[in-house]
Amino acid sequence: MPSQAQIVVDNVSHMYRPARGRAVLALEQISLEVREREFVALLGPSGCGKSTLLYLIGGFLPVETGAILVDGKPVTAPGPDRGIVFQHFALFPWKTVRGNVLYGLERQGMPKEEREKRAQEFIELVGLHGFEDSYPSQLSGGMKQRAALARTLAFDPKILLMDEPFGALDAQTRGLMQRELLAIWQRTPKTVIFVTHDVQEAVYLADRVAVMSARPGRIKTIVDTKFDKTDPHIHKAKAFVDKVDELWDLVREEAIKAQGKRS
Amino acid sequence: MSTLARIGREAFRYTPLLLIALAWETVSRLELVSTTALPPLSEVIAAWIDMLKSGELQNNGAASFYRGVSGLVLAIGIGAVLGIGMAWWKTANILLSPLVEIFYPLPKSALIPVTVIWLGFGDGSKILLIFLGCMLPVTIGAFNGARASEQVLVWSARSMGASKLRMLWDVVVPGAMPELLNGIRTALALSFILLVSSELIVAQKGFGYLIGYLGANGNYDAMYAVVLTVAFLGFAADRIYLVITKRVLAWRE
Repeated sequence: MPSQAQIVVDNVSHMYRPARGRAVLALEQISLEVREREFVALLGPSGCGKSTLLYLIGGFLPVETGAILVDGKPVTAPGPDRGIVFQHFALFPWKTVRGNVLYGLERQGMPKEEREKRAQEFIELVGLHGFEDSYPSQLSGGMKQRAALARTLAFDPKILLMDEPFGALDAQTRGLMQRELLAIWQRTPKTVIFVTHDVQEAVYLADRVAVMSARPGRIKTIVDTKFDKTDPHIHKAKAFVDKVDELWDLVREEAIKAQGKRS
Repeated sequence: MSTLARIGREAFRYTPLLLIALAWETVSRLELVSTTALPPLSEVIAAWIDMLKSGELQNNGAASFYRGVSGLVLAIGIGAVLGIGMAWWKTANILLSPLVEIFYPLPKSALIPVTVIWLGFGDGSKILLIFLGCMLPVTIGAFNGARASEQVLVWSARSMGASKLRMLWDVVVPGAMPELLNGIRTALALSFILLVSSELIVAQKGFGYLIGYLGANGNYDAMYAVVLTVAFLGFAADRIYLVITKRVLAWRE
């Protein structure tokens, strides 16, 4: 019987080898299954390897120990089935907003007229109408991340990998982007793996939160965090607040451990 | 600011040149210096017009232009490919970087006799010299630019379905562009130096040849006219190049 999960991370460990200095065990025996159209957050202190895990699933780093399967096939390279959004946007600075959004569609070989139309559609979806011809250097942080989101959504990956995508934004923009991401996700459901160190963000966005331990990164526990996301006052609901507290306690322990190791 | 006002301000910036021209004319007319060493500027201009009329300037200029452009185009094309190759393939780096390091500080004018032995007195030796002399600044610019290409941009392109080669062209090359264009600017200046010095030493035509020939025959006003022409062309080439660079890098703001 085929597995229910779309993404299977099976017993993956990963050594990080800096150009200078000793190799460090970044991830140790990670196992995780993510179902189709599920929104899973990876939560943990900085340096716990959560981004590394995301890059492994993306195929950007080689899987050395264990296995990662997407739709039953082992991951060996990056591919357009897995779109990625980075913390610092990673827009091509020499391309306009439109050029950036078009890029993925060009690589997919979509006919010109169709891709122009689709790019426009997604630029409008993220609210960047009127900025099609702007270069990234002319946009604010929030707008850059909208453009990056449009670029990734436009080529329609089944899986969305998000690496602290709102981490570089101010608090207000961040809240706004979280709501918009949820709205977009509800309209075009995708599997999302969302890396963050922000507890409230994780609880608010995700169906499940995988809490990771300090280095070497392990999955400490996985917590269900399904709430009614359409409720505008969800942040104040008792069940939500309790869940945030529960996760805070788990993360705090790890953050303290990570601090201790550093000093 | 209107275009006219901008041109006006640019022109104003160059008034010191006008002062020098006036001083030149004055000291020469008053015979404060020997007029053979420094003929009056007005006579230099007259000689310049004569050479334009006879076509001497254009004929020699065309020869120099052909050599300079050929050498430079080769240097830019091959230099950029080598630099990006060295940044992306370890083997290329291991094979080429010692050569670059040793060859870079060598004064390329020392190769003038060598290129003449190889390719004779004609265009070939000048083109080769300019190519060899101008290639390394381009290579080093491309290398530094390509090596600094951002990991996340490379990853983004790959995740959108770009092959490795495609990614090189779409991400690494434009990312290297600012440094590459800087390297080419250095190469442009070097090409003038190498062109004129090689033509001065061995050539039957070209600006450098003309300067040497006129000087040897005591035709100083015409000689100065050619020197000033070369100086102006070098300046103009650099200005035009800067305008192009600014346009290519408009995205940087």
